Amino acid sequence: MSDDASFDKFKACAIDVLQVPPDKVVPEARFGDDLDADSLDLVELVMALEEAFDVTVDESELEGIETVGQAYDLISAKL
Amino acid sequence: MSIPRADGGTGGRVVLVTGGSRGIGLACARHFQSLGDRVAVTYRTSPPAALGGQDAQSPDLLPVPCDVRRPEEVEAAFAAVEQALGPVEVLVANAGVTKDTLLLRMSEEAWNEVLDTDLSGVYRVVRRGLGPMVRAHRGRIVLVSSVVAFLGSPGQVNYGAAKAGLVGLARSLAREVGSRGITVNVVAPGVVDTDMIASLGEQRVEQLLAMVPLSRKASPADVAGAVGFLASADAAYITGAVLPVDGGLAMGM
Repeated sequence: MSDDASFDKFKACAIDVLQVPPDKVVPEARFGDDLDADSLDLVELVMALEEAFDVTVDESELEGIETVGQAYDLISAKL
Repeated sequence: MSIPRADGGTGGRVVLVTGGSRGIGLACARHFQSLGDRVAVTYRTSPPAALGGQDAQSPDLLPVPCDVRRPEEVEAAFAAVEQALGPVEVLVANAGVTKDTLLLRMSEEAWNEVLDTDLSGVYRVVRRGLGPMVRAHRGRIVLVSSVVAFLGSPGQVNYGAAKAGLVGLARSLAREVGSRGITVNVVAPGVVDTDMIASLGEQRVEQLLAMVPLSRKASPADVAGAVGFLASADAAYITGAVLPVDGGLAMGM
């Protein structure tokens, strides 16, 4: 899968789970401040991403992940 | 299949009751069934006896084997229910065991077995059931605790600890998932006419009944009524609550 296709898939998950407009899901967007996501939203997003990309994300890997870009890098590194 | 009801309730929900082959669990299953819900029950030792009789024709009570001490069996049970009925909307964590003896004689095994089923088993079941509820932004979870959590009971250090643990579990979880419209509540039954109470012995039961203001045992249906209420539309604004169903035995505790 190309990087663009992967990011589109990632974006689709984020839009669906976080219920945000597509143009807000950009690499520099912060989950808390910009996307208004609470901790449970993020857990939901991680679960959706795990399912969509068929990867496993350990709790410890989520430490310090604050932006869409960071989260996408975490997932894409596993592909 | 959603069955509209005159009282504005929500018949046709998918309900899962753990430990639903007899006693309180079976009464809960029947209660939800009578409301038109689609009900699955887990059993460990034997499927609901009545399934072989009057309910053999009922497509609505789905028995699934599950030892809540085994995560893979919890997963398999939920998968079976989801495939047959759909995602679980009402979860009643009722499965529980006792292994009574005075603490000085209580082995690690007796302690662990009861905690593993009555407390950790609820963790496993609720954890598995919660995901779909979070995604659906609705759900009802009712944990069946016991008056022993508050009153104590000699010979039941393990059981009392597990049942008290459910209150902390429920209240923490209620705070985690409240924003998703999911409620988590506890019922605390007292002396209920079940096999579990019978195992206490007649003398102990008489002793307990002497302290019950309503001076009788509860029927399993009495408890099912309270569980049904907490899962109903009428209880939409109740979460993290402990509802005693004990005839007044532990009132104020």
